[in-house]
Amino acid sequence: MTADVLSLTINGQRREVVDALPGESLLFVLRERLDLAGSKNACEEGECGSCTVRVDDELVCSCLVLAAAADGCSVTTVEGLADASEGSRLADVQQAFLDAGAVQCGFCTPGLLMAVDALLEDEDDPDDLMVREAVSGNLCRCTGYGRILEAINLAAASRRAAGEQGVTP
Amino acid sequence: MSMVDTATVQRTETPTTRIGDSAARPDGIPKVTGDFVFSSDLWHDQMLWGGTLRSPHASARIRQINIGPALALPGVHAVLTHEDIPGSPDFGLDRPDQPVLARDIVRYEGEPVVVIAADHPDTVRRALAAVEVDYEPTKPLLDPTLAEDAPPIHPDGNVIRRIHLRHGDQEAASRSDLVSVEGTYEVGMQDQAFMGPESGLAIPDGEGGVDLAVATQWLHTDRDQVAACLGLPAERVRLTLAGVGGAFGAREDISLHIHLCLLALHTGRPVKMCYSRDESFYGHVHRHPARMWYRHYATSTGDLVRVEARLLFDGGAYASSSHHVIANATCFAAGPYRVPSADIEGVVVRTDNPPCGAMRGFGAVQSCFAHEAQMDRLAAALKMDPVALRRQNALASGDVIITGQRITGTLPVVEVLDACAAHPSAAGGPNEPMSRPGGAGRTADVEHIVRGEAVALGFKNLMFSEGFDDSSEARCVMHSGLVTVTTACAEVGQGFVTLVRQIVGEVLRTEEVVLEPASTNSIGSAGSTSASRQTWMSGGAVQLACEAVRRDLLARVADQYGVLVDDLALLDGRVVGLPNGEEPTLASLTVEPIEATIVHQHAPTLPLDDCGQGDAHVSFAVSAHRAIVDVDPDLGLVKVVELTTAQDVGRILNPLQALGQLEGGAAQGVGLAVMEEVKVVDGLIRNPSFTDYLIPTALDMPPLEVAALIEQPEPGAPFGAKGIGEAPTISSTPAVAGAIRAATGLDLPRVPVRPDDIALASREGRVSPEEAR
Repeated sequence: MTADVLSLTINGQRREVVDALPGESLLFVLRERLDLAGSKNACEEGECGSCTVRVDDELVCSCLVLAAAADGCSVTTVEGLADASEGSRLADVQQAFLDAGAVQCGFCTPGLLMAVDALLEDEDDPDDLMVREAVSGNLCRCTGYGRILEAINLAAASRRAAGEQGVTP
Repeated sequence: MSMVDTATVQRTETPTTRIGDSAARPDGIPKVTGDFVFSSDLWHDQMLWGGTLRSPHASARIRQINIGPALALPGVHAVLTHEDIPGSPDFGLDRPDQPVLARDIVRYEGEPVVVIAADHPDTVRRALAAVEVDYEPTKPLLDPTLAEDAPPIHPDGNVIRRIHLRHGDQEAASRSDLVSVEGTYEVGMQDQAFMGPESGLAIPDGEGGVDLAVATQWLHTDRDQVAACLGLPAERVRLTLAGVGGAFGAREDISLHIHLCLLALHTGRPVKMCYSRDESFYGHVHRHPARMWYRHYATSTGDLVRVEARLLFDGGAYASSSHHVIANATCFAAGPYRVPSADIEGVVVRTDNPPCGAMRGFGAVQSCFAHEAQMDRLAAALKMDPVALRRQNALASGDVIITGQRITGTLPVVEVLDACAAHPSAAGGPNEPMSRPGGAGRTADVEHIVRGEAVALGFKNLMFSEGFDDSSEARCVMHSGLVTVTTACAEVGQGFVTLVRQIVGEVLRTEEVVLEPASTNSIGSAGSTSASRQTWMSGGAVQLACEAVRRDLLARVADQYGVLVDDLALLDGRVVGLPNGEEPTLASLTVEPIEATIVHQHAPTLPLDDCGQGDAHVSFAVSAHRAIVDVDPDLGLVKVVELTTAQDVGRILNPLQALGQLEGGAAQGVGLAVMEEVKVVDGLIRNPSFTDYLIPTALDMPPLEVAALIEQPEPGAPFGAKGIGEAPTISSTPAVAGAIRAATGLDLPRVPVRPDDIALASREGRVSPEEAR
């Protein structure tokens, strides 16, 4: 049995999925049917945040969302963070993660980038506790979070600077 | 000594990346864009999905396996049992004692019994459920203290290894004027909990051989084990490193490698397998749980006289690397202190519990927790300051450790201790509710919070020991200016790929570098990415290969221009120093390529003798941590407020990456101290998920203050650098546990310290917040 055709807008592009089984998660469909493997599969029960994406702007664990439930929605994944219109210039959060040394094995990185991007969209000058809470649903085993917190500070500063110059980040 | 301010680590902007720069990871951009291909991202046309049926029992006889119903399901392409293994039925990192697929007996919960390949993960799940295995459960051997005398659960017996180390005058403690302290300590079973689950893709080559892309720490030893079980010559099994989502020891053993190749060869199709998180808890070894009895003797003025210890490690059902883990635990049982007399017995036994093996710190973690608790206890008995007691007994270069080996390299014990202990604390009070014990639940009342502080030292060897013939091979080719480096060193996140660029930059002064994919096809073994050894071993191999190319290049120029080699130098992609002022580019000089292949070995080591004595180790490293904790004794909740560290690093090769190792390692130590334990009840894992096995989050981790990185270059080490990955995990756990003891006045002889360890003991009237404060 297969579900009806799923229609999703992913990173601004209309995508159709015709052969998904009804039980497939959004994570599975992204990774295995749409060749968007950037969202990661570390726990598949909503604890680690590695699969974090945005569905209609809401931050979700894509492992917990049925692909069928995202039908008709707009989905942003890590592959959509870099600005395609500017020669794939890295987003501020991506650049900050590199500059701060926040990437080691990198498996948690895509989910963290999505969480941080959403945090900074809501609050461009978060305090330490706000930052820690915002990423407390994203597990990282390599870094102990020190460089990640530093990266968030860098990204926030760069977004504030861009905002002061009237530039859309 | 150099100070690192964690907030201001900056890249130095030089024309060519060099040793000592905070160079950027070459894999950084694909890792932030989502393009980096991890082993779980592999995909192939016509690919099947693999799955594993595992024993639900800790101990059982298998009466019968009926694969018929699974095989009959549409979409199922293969259902394999032990009868389908063409080669050796057993594998093992150290010795082949573990069945690829169980035959007549299962010895732990989660032991693989059947593997399946099908067209979709859901088909795999249904097929796994359709296999009928008739088990006759048997009484499992679960208590490691009973293992030695119990009937053997395996043909190799129940004692995997016993070491009885005796050092110095065995009558040294017979004097009547000594102070002694005694304790029994326990460490629970920790999981490496890497983020990227075990996964890989096997592709049959159509001629009976197979290519396997897999996340691992040691390609060549995997290759040899896989080939033996497939009954193939090694060259027909080719392993390539797929993107590794962390390792920490858990990828040193075979997991799905052999299963994948069996399925691929059987079906003639590419097969991918990816463990779920719960399966991952069953699919790899854990850190050994340990019970450790200790007695320390010292003079009344605080000089250590003798240490006695009995270490019992539970190896679980199969040997893995237990043989070497117990050696490390025993050799480093007394810590980084001058101990003239010792009697340490280390035993690792086989049980029907989950198999244990390598995890960051490798045996030294367990004994460090015990010896540091003992040092605090001894300080209390002597009414001495715990830091002063440690300083007074600190090992230094030239001293002899309890294996009888003299430390010929650097060992700045006093330096790391003093730097860490003297570092000013930036810890604020528990005013902010979210920062109190209990965190987001805001459960701790500020009036009930007690604060404690403690310092601990950690001590471990670098690299493999006991005469192991260890080497790493690397090739460097310069062709038209482009440097191609080939090594089978597994990049697992630690940043070896960055280091390669820095070494090439340092030696050959060029940015034009390509690092070939790590594979068994193209080069000899690099050894394992473990034991803090790859910077020394594979970094050293790359350095030597680059230096050989440099020599040949300069000789070529000297010959061509009729000048002396000594007058020439390399600078930013050119050769400089020619008398005519010409500066030929590396590209113009290497139209004809220059190539060098090097096998790098460290200084030889020797086996331990019957008394655990011998020059068994290559090099040593020491680290210090200071922890400050807040505790609510009524609720048993702990908040680690601040960690401070100082570490013996030899030389810092990349400050930013070094900091990442210190912070990440400390987080795993904090986890072991207060939250991480694989709960095993009746041989069954009760918490195989990230819902129930807790690792520190950003809210749990305190800031890490780096008081000092002590740079005393290690003789014989490439660039003088010591491996730095393991030490942060070793001394952080005892520092946190010591701080909780200091806060509560409780003994707390076990990690992880659980809320009930504190709350129930506190309620029994042994301590009240007022007394503790």
